[in-house]
Amino acid sequence: MLRFTLRRIFQIIPTVVVVALLIFVIFSVVPGTFAASLFADGKRAADPQMIARLNEEFGLNKPLIERFTTYVTDLAQFDLGTSFRTRQPVIDLINDRMWASLQLAIAAMVFALVVGVPLGFLAALRPGSVLDTVTMIGAVSGLSMPQFWLGLLMMYLFALQLNWLPSFGYGDGSFRNLILPAVTLGVTPLALLARTTRAGVLDVLNADFIRTAHSKGMSEAKVVRWHVARNVLVLIVTTVGLQFGSLIGQAVVIEKLFAWPGIGSLLVDSVAIRDIPVVQGTILVIVLWFLVINTAVDLIYAAIDPRIKQE
Amino acid sequence: MTAPLLDIRNLRLGVALGRSVHHPLLKDVTFQIMPGEAYGLVGESGSGKSITSLAVMGLLKKPLAVFGGEILFKGQNLLSLPKREMRRLRGNRIAMIFQEPMTALNPLSTVGRQIAEMFVLHQGKSWGEAEKLAVEALGNVRVPNPDRRAKNYPHQMSGGLRQRVMIAMALACNPDLLIADEPTTALDVTVQAEVLRLIKELCAARGTAVLFISHDLGVIASICQRVGVMYAGCLVEENETRALFENPRHAYTRGLLGALPRLGSRSAHGRQRLVDIDSIIADRSKLTETRFIAPRGAERGQP
Amino acid sequence: MRLGFNFWLGASLTALVILAGVLAPWIAPFDPVLDADLMSSELPPDATFWFGTDGQGRDVYTRILYGAQISLTVGIVSQVINSVIGITLGMTAGYWGGWWDDLVNGLTNVMLAIPSLIFALAVMAVLGPGLPSLLIALGLTNWSWTCRIARSSTLSLKSQGYVQAAQTLGYGDLRIMFTQILPNMMGPILVMATLGMGSAVLSEAALSFLGLGIQPPFPSWGSMLTDARQLIQLAPWVAIFPGLAIFLSVLGFNLLGDGLRDSLDPHMRTRKP
Repeated sequence: MLRFTLRRIFQIIPTVVVVALLIFVIFSVVPGTFAASLFADGKRAADPQMIARLNEEFGLNKPLIERFTTYVTDLAQFDLGTSFRTRQPVIDLINDRMWASLQLAIAAMVFALVVGVPLGFLAALRPGSVLDTVTMIGAVSGLSMPQFWLGLLMMYLFALQLNWLPSFGYGDGSFRNLILPAVTLGVTPLALLARTTRAGVLDVLNADFIRTAHSKGMSEAKVVRWHVARNVLVLIVTTVGLQFGSLIGQAVVIEKLFAWPGIGSLLVDSVAIRDIPVVQGTILVIVLWFLVINTAVDLIYAAIDPRIKQE
Repeated sequence: MTAPLLDIRNLRLGVALGRSVHHPLLKDVTFQIMPGEAYGLVGESGSGKSITSLAVMGLLKKPLAVFGGEILFKGQNLLSLPKREMRRLRGNRIAMIFQEPMTALNPLSTVGRQIAEMFVLHQGKSWGEAEKLAVEALGNVRVPNPDRRAKNYPHQMSGGLRQRVMIAMALACNPDLLIADEPTTALDVTVQAEVLRLIKELCAARGTAVLFISHDLGVIASICQRVGVMYAGCLVEENETRALFENPRHAYTRGLLGALPRLGSRSAHGRQRLVDIDSIIADRSKLTETRFIAPRGAERGQP
Repeated sequence: MRLGFNFWLGASLTALVILAGVLAPWIAPFDPVLDADLMSSELPPDATFWFGTDGQGRDVYTRILYGAQISLTVGIVSQVINSVIGITLGMTAGYWGGWWDDLVNGLTNVMLAIPSLIFALAVMAVLGPGLPSLLIALGLTNWSWTCRIARSSTLSLKSQGYVQAAQTLGYGDLRIMFTQILPNMMGPILVMATLGMGSAVLSEAALSFLGLGIQPPFPSWGSMLTDARQLIQLAPWVAIFPGLAIFLSVLGFNLLGDGLRDSLDPHMRTRKP
């Protein structure tokens, strides 16, 4: 298990390196320099002096290869560069906002798991029932809905009309502030989890070893507890891992909608003003998070399914 | 004469197609198994052997349903037994081994734990005790290093070992009846012989009756005292094993025997072709009770 | 091939969106951009303004009809780009194997490591907002799954008799790929593209909502919702209708894709091919 763990952890490194390169390339091929667009607002051209100063300060006039070397050596020392606008180190900006984002992402996933998995389970145990039909219609609707729209409607209903919850903001990290954004963000993974859980349970129930379990004289409840649950867990863990990617992506929109001070809203604001070092750094950190989560999922997977380690 | 352990009377079973319509698969199947006796059911795929055994276990799945007859186990009709009572019998008094040792065990659970479940379910043991008993049970089916093997997952074992695990599991609670549904079909020939001998010896030693299901008369002959031949949902012939081999009465049985290679037969009877039966399963919906064997088999065209 | 209720529901919703987009210039009662009138802003739905008016007094119904054009363009064009990239890379990788296969595989894995909306955001940051950048951004984001499917189908098709026969006859690699392999994997690719249209429409809406996609005053469903956040208390219809339009069209694509997939799935097939 230790060797497997180490191997999976080391597998992250090449991917991170390639992603870092990809990000550098994407932001280097653009026509025109960023400094120009940074100061250009609308139709008024930017002050050439300011552009020159910024280019000087950030070394944007240097040849590509030199910029690349600086980028790589800085990265190796965990230096993500300096913001064009605030002149603060990007890593500090990200650190300030990381916790809020993690809080939101984890809360959303927990909500999705706690509601989605039992729904999928119950639906599969009573296929064709009212609960099953409602769950499946709900799932396909949840997957087709723009999350920020749902968030907007919930904000209207629960915050503005009923006054039960605050409509936006972090509110010093109070739980009440977390509810609306987390539920909104959790809807898509919830729908997907309900769907995969249902399909997975139906699949397992048809497996030969379930017939063996019945032949032992086990009650339905024990069959589900002893033999179905664990096997479906493998599927759920995989789905959670895959869903984290789109959850992180969606979080950007939801953070913006609820004015949640996470790295997602930092990214959107930086894209809007083309603060490239911040954009690059944020994306890199997000990818790193996603990879870490996926590796963790793989490790959990291996802990549940003994067949994985044997490759 | 002692009372039969299992007494199946006029069992009728089929696919429910609507409220009252059904498509029959078993027609008035009747046979008895005495305590400690090994009884073989032989027949081709689809002849109804497996669903007979599933009916005894009460494990028929939805479109399949029993339409008539009785299954008496120690004089008690299993078909009218409440679910809870049936569960108590299943695994405990009547146990079953399946054909596919590859998929019949849960891949995510150690074999020790899967055997231990039997003791927890039927003997109210704690998990700790049960695991110890499981190791013992593995030893009884002659698995080498049982204490180490108990911690293995099914994928770490060969087919033969897995089938031994199934046997250990089935015999864990010393059942009165063991149903073995083609337990050796998926195994290598050499392993087959070992597993067969194991079943035979263990059941003989414990006085467990066996309902052995196979399409292979040779396998049945090596283990069973009596044989029933099934064809198209009917029990067409039943006899002592030796008598059946020497004097097959039914055309289909003769066909089955003709398809069996025999050691030394060439020196006795000269070079002979093995006789084959039409491999197509008869379309049961077109068969009438009276002529179901007539259109096929080795006897076709003979007076 | 039997197509179920879901498929037909999906097909109807999709047809509705197409009709709305195509017929917008004829059936829309107003102009989506020019008919702004601050005197008649934030009016609730009535006989003249079916879905009410927005903050600048424009007819929401009209703007939703025109918005269908943008959503459809984004959905179709981005999926065409996605499929072309995915098929080209996946098919050649599966067919030729070797270092090219390793390279494509590596690239696919890297793409899968970047959440798609984040990647689209990065591309938008570089290219700036607007429809063309949006088409490129969404066209470059989701090809990795198509690529994987194309690759694995090619691998299994490569060993089929008719492909090997074509090789024996001395057909060129490209000719074999386009005449023997491609037609036989179009089913799953089509399913992916249909489902992909749904997620492209959602991504477009999200990016436009953030102000990074289609820019006002053009009537994108997503950007219509940007203003809704401020207006929602006074004029909830400004938020409800565009969102409903997104929801129903994405639902249409998803049901259509699911229905197609079920009918292609060999387990569900009742008739022999």
